[in-house]
Amino acid sequence: MSNLFNIDIVNPEQSFLSKDNVFEVVIPAVEGEIGILRDHIPIISFLKPGIIRVFSESEEQSFYVEDGIVEFKDNTLSVLTSSIFDLKDADKNFVSESISSAEAELSKDNIDDQKRFLLNHKVEVLKSISIN
Amino acid sequence: MPSLDDLRKRITSVKSTQKITKAMKMVAAAKLRKAQENAEKGRPYSEKMNNVILNLSKSITDKENAPKLLVGTGEEKVHLCIVLTADRGLCGGFNTNIIKKAKSYFEKIISENKTLKIITVGSKGYDQLKRQYKSYILENISFKESKNINYFDADKVGKIIIEKFEKNEFDVCAIFYNKFKNVITQIPQEQQIVPLNEDKNDKDDSGNDNDYEFEPDEDEILSNLLPKNISTQIFKAMLENSASEQGSRMTAMDNATRNAGELVDRLTIEYNRSRQAAITKELIEIISGAESL
Repeated sequence: MSNLFNIDIVNPEQSFLSKDNVFEVVIPAVEGEIGILRDHIPIISFLKPGIIRVFSESEEQSFYVEDGIVEFKDNTLSVLTSSIFDLKDADKNFVSESISSAEAELSKDNIDDQKRFLLNHKVEVLKSISIN
Repeated sequence: MPSLDDLRKRITSVKSTQKITKAMKMVAAAKLRKAQENAEKGRPYSEKMNNVILNLSKSITDKENAPKLLVGTGEEKVHLCIVLTADRGLCGGFNTNIIKKAKSYFEKIISENKTLKIITVGSKGYDQLKRQYKSYILENISFKESKNINYFDADKVGKIIIEKFEKNEFDVCAIFYNKFKNVITQIPQEQQIVPLNEDKNDKDDSGNDNDYEFEPDEDEILSNLLPKNISTQIFKAMLENSASEQGSRMTAMDNATRNAGELVDRLTIEYNRSRQAAITKELIEIISGAESL
């Protein structure tokens, strides 16, 4: 039996990525990373800033996402996100800009713990991108 | 009876107007293709978003504590209407149709003694509504500067709506826009986004076998998802609107070009006739002059 399933990544403007030959996807869900294989039970979850890794037979792709929703059902993984880019085309300036804007946000006093956690996490992930 | 000179001037003026409308038609046709493409590309996102929300709301058992954005505040007193129109005119009945639809809704609200609040997106809608409903209009948002429709703009409108909802400034929110059916037909739409209307989806309730695992729990996901859904719906409306606008402009300009052509034909015939009449008159004068000698 095949162990492949489908993935659809869409952002509001267009369908970002659509593949039908992936065997594993790792997504940064809010409560920790989830690895998804074929026949995973239906799940709906949220993303935190992080890296989606898509493993297909021929290649491995990585994307940075800021937020979004994932739904897995009938062996189709749908990722809805408003901000995503391929790590290969990561724009250094954009990344450093995002880091500084997130850090500026962090220095404000009126943010709650959850937001602080997300922003801290975002800065961490973005920094790891800019190093590579 | 206009003189020959007058006719000639009119023909040239109509011809140059025709040139302009023709050019506008071409531009609209080119833009339409792009707008249509964008609208089609944007559809999967809003469809998937709807699906997820539908699945989520099915699994919510405790209706009492469900997020207010989904079930409403329990009252229907204050209506907030978002009217999405174009920033530019000369596009046939495009703006007027939305306004007409919105106005009939407004009248209904006012006659039921409910409070009406309006936000207009796009300057044409504001221009048309301010005469009659000035006191109801909260603000006018315009994205004249942004060349293309982007999610960022839609998100701005969405955030304004959420902010107002959280301050309890309205109970029901509806958006008005034109749905793009094809180049000739655009249907003005009225869509309620708060609370979410899901009556029409009740039919396919049969497949309740998909028990999802939620992480974190349903409530938290929903309360995060619903604000996003509002922005998505606005974005969808904006995309549909822009395709409709270009389609409407294209047909309007096509008609204008054709009408101008007809007018030129008619004027040319009139011009030729009066020229011929003048020649004949002169000839008769010469001949009768010669005969009398």
